[in-house]
Amino acid sequence: MELICPAGNLPSLKAAVDNGADVVYIGFQDDTNARHFAGLNFNDKRAAEGVAYAHRRGARVFVAINTYPQVGAFERWQQAVDRAARLGVDALILADIGLLDYAAQRWPDLRLHLSVQASATNPASLRFYHENFAIQRAVLPRVLSVKQVEQVIKESPVEIEVFGFGSLCVMVEGRCLLSSYATGQSPNTFGACSPASAVRWKETPRGLESRLNGVLIDRYEEGENAGYPTLCKGRFQVQDKTGYAIEEPTSLNTLSLIPDLMRIGVCALKVEGRQRSPAYVKLVTRVLRAAIDAAKKDPDGFSVDAEWMASLQQVSEGTQTTLGAYARPWQ
Amino acid sequence: MTTTLPKLALGPILYYWSKQQVEDFYRDVADTDIDIVYLGEAVCSKRRIMRNKDWFRIGEQLQARGKTVILSTLTLLEAASELSMLKRLCAESPFLIEANDIAAVQILKELGKPFVSGPSVNIYNSRTLKKLSESGLIRWTLPVELSATELAEFQRHRPDNVETEVFAWGRLPLAYSARCFTARAANLQKDDCQFRCLDYPDGLLLSTREDEAFLCINGIQTQSARTVNLLGEINRFSDLGVDVLRISPQSSNTIDIIKRFAAVLNEPQSPTRFDTELESWMPTAECNGYWNGEAGMERY
Repeated sequence: MELICPAGNLPSLKAAVDNGADVVYIGFQDDTNARHFAGLNFNDKRAAEGVAYAHRRGARVFVAINTYPQVGAFERWQQAVDRAARLGVDALILADIGLLDYAAQRWPDLRLHLSVQASATNPASLRFYHENFAIQRAVLPRVLSVKQVEQVIKESPVEIEVFGFGSLCVMVEGRCLLSSYATGQSPNTFGACSPASAVRWKETPRGLESRLNGVLIDRYEEGENAGYPTLCKGRFQVQDKTGYAIEEPTSLNTLSLIPDLMRIGVCALKVEGRQRSPAYVKLVTRVLRAAIDAAKKDPDGFSVDAEWMASLQQVSEGTQTTLGAYARPWQ
Repeated sequence: MTTTLPKLALGPILYYWSKQQVEDFYRDVADTDIDIVYLGEAVCSKRRIMRNKDWFRIGEQLQARGKTVILSTLTLLEAASELSMLKRLCAESPFLIEANDIAAVQILKELGKPFVSGPSVNIYNSRTLKKLSESGLIRWTLPVELSATELAEFQRHRPDNVETEVFAWGRLPLAYSARCFTARAANLQKDDCQFRCLDYPDGLLLSTREDEAFLCINGIQTQSARTVNLLGEINRFSDLGVDVLRISPQSSNTIDIIKRFAAVLNEPQSPTRFDTELESWMPTAECNGYWNGEAGMERY
């Protein structure tokens, strides 16, 4: 099982490679990828340096071009595919049918992976992308239990990659419009969820308030830790209750599942967080590398090291983690 | 240039209603001027009060009254059993199918059957639309987050023999999850949900902590709290060559809403003449931001 780590800049890419990532995935500096944040991501020169750095050390580089090309602006996405292909990257991570069609025709020798943003959760969907565009791998949305992932792998025509650690979308990726409903910009259209430009913080007599385009997402009392106002992780009212009606601020952490994921045939474990710091990338890569190596060596004797857990906890949203959809409480 | 007015479609019931309520609803629908009726369960595979044979029977009754019937399919497929159900439905359906996931697209392509796509199939550009038309797509629904300007661009390059549908009335379907938020609100796990959705025939309102109606919880689906109403855009729809307008059912006044839409289609001169009345039938308030290229919750 490969370890796939995120990089939003060259120092992060180097941190991933130096700490044991098999693959680093990156994006370009525009809305062609799902982490379209100011000051983040790679221009061609940096990307070329990154590819050279990784390849010299036996690691690979994937490029995510995983937003949906907007009608009338298809060329920008097409150019991103061409740029990535010319950089000699090892695979493209794409979500859009039109863009997959372009990439498969224009660059038939380039390896194509289906992004989590394509929302493909079942073998029939995977067959569509495999037959039409010869994708070789798909990243599954974070909605399936371990048993369901296993069922998909048994019938899948392509390799299966899953998320192992990081911030958690509680909604099916590629099918969540909550952000554009509130702000006009969504992962599908703009490459960002709950974009920073729409966020406002304000101290009020009732506490610190976070708003997204005017909508109150959360209010923190003295001593409470304030988190980024990701829309689905705010506190709202449903009937007479106020609380995390959709999801708590929490991160996915699959350390304890690593031997199971290997056993059922998951080919790669992905770390979320291209928007995070090089320090995050270094820490998470190091812990997951150690965990995967331990599980490979002795799958039956595998146990989660308390130090690994503590390290990952520190960099988790709300400093708490969950097994998410992999485990029964979500199902 | 002659322009034709769009046809009217009634979307699938996105909520979980009792069998009696469903039967009564479609008996009333049969008497309206609606052209197309979508039937079936698109949100949650646990909702099984209506079996396939029930949908087929209602479909035949509607067809006998001159309606075009389409069977909707699940949007999020997780268990292998759900995929088997989908395969069976696609194979056995005497009616056209609405694909809400690429799984249905693939299955119908393999069966050689044409299909329409619902709003959750991500068609954001003309190349995608063309590719899906090669797989058997004969009508597509504009994703609800796209605008009139974007639709105009699509229409310029639309493949021959592909019709366009727009979600014109209802709470907007915004997201899907592995988790059930209705069960969560009741402190229940999803696999022991006790079918709480039956208690909320228009979903469960989610408000901000300053009582602003924001979203609507409908099991694993999240909708807008506000209702979109694009009836006032009727002349723009004909200029754009939109073929079908979709009305998404709600538990009350749906028949009245269909009648107002039909009246405006008959006499499109002053399309906003029913707006006050229509607004009084919305569960909270109106929004039309997406259509105008802004945040979906905004109103213009």
